[in-house]
Amino acid sequence: MAEQPIEPIHQFRITNLFDIGTFGGNGTEGSGTHLAFTNSALFMVLTVGLILAFLILGSNRRAIIPGRMQLMAEMTYEFVANMVRDTTGTEGMKFFPLVASLFLFVLVANLFGMFPYFFTVTSHLIVTVMLALIVFLTVVIYGFYKNGPRFLKVFVPSGIPWYIIWIVVPIEVLSFLSRPVSHSLRLWGNVLAGHIVLKVFGGMVVALLAAGAWGVVSILPFGMAVAMTGLEVLVAALQAFVFAVLTCVYLHDAMHPGH
Amino acid sequence: MDPEAAKLMGKLIGAGIACIGMGGAGVGVGVIFGNYLSGALRNPAAAASQFSNLIFGFAVTEAMGIFSLVIAFLLLYAV
Repeated sequence: MAEQPIEPIHQFRITNLFDIGTFGGNGTEGSGTHLAFTNSALFMVLTVGLILAFLILGSNRRAIIPGRMQLMAEMTYEFVANMVRDTTGTEGMKFFPLVASLFLFVLVANLFGMFPYFFTVTSHLIVTVMLALIVFLTVVIYGFYKNGPRFLKVFVPSGIPWYIIWIVVPIEVLSFLSRPVSHSLRLWGNVLAGHIVLKVFGGMVVALLAAGAWGVVSILPFGMAVAMTGLEVLVAALQAFVFAVLTCVYLHDAMHPGH
Repeated sequence: MDPEAAKLMGKLIGAGIACIGMGGAGVGVGVIFGNYLSGALRNPAAAASQFSNLIFGFAVTEAMGIFSLVIAFLLLYAV
């Protein structure tokens, strides 16, 4: 889109903050693995640092009557713990650390992205695909470890008549294999689409302001950008919740195949 | 028409057509929230227990719209 002066996907550009070095390769241009500390890595570190600071500050006093920070940390714990208990049952609580880490990382990364000039970690497919693959591989490995070959019953829903098994099983296999795809694309697509919409409305404001007397009309896209920002904060929290709930649902399948 | 302009035209038209799929996801999400609301008004005591089911159905339905949006983005920026 060379003819457009305002590029709405410029915000997702990854820049090297400082180079670490090139490993392997034969010394020619472009060979080997080039490692660099990027703005994406910086915001991942900031995300994890904020979560750590929040939880450590919230839990270091361990008072019987909690203060504000401890109350917030306890509410976060109770929220995630209730979600895991409701969706996977009590035996699913052994996966509480995984679900809580994923939920808090996605939530804080999404909310970080709502600040102007901040980089959104989850707007890159590689990040969400890795998060979804962690969940997928956990489900497959734990499912076979816990149930053995009976884990394959996840492809055969209980109570279906024998004569439609031949059509249901391929559908179930396909739906199981497409889980990491939809799991990652959902988060990535929501975050990416929301940020592009915000930048498109921002671009409209700039373009209308440059149009002389018609610049007063720019209040309309400006108001829309403000409303969309509110919606995007909701979407950021909702998608983190959805990511964690789907993780719980998939883990439930690993523990109880064939239900 | 030169090939570059034809390619650009095809990209833009294709991206626009791909976005029609989001209408289906919009209908689906509306059905889910509308039915949840009517069920919740009939039996408010049971509404809270079904909230995570609501969010799950919403997420699965919304994914379809996101897929068509991804196709539109691929056509616009990656083809």
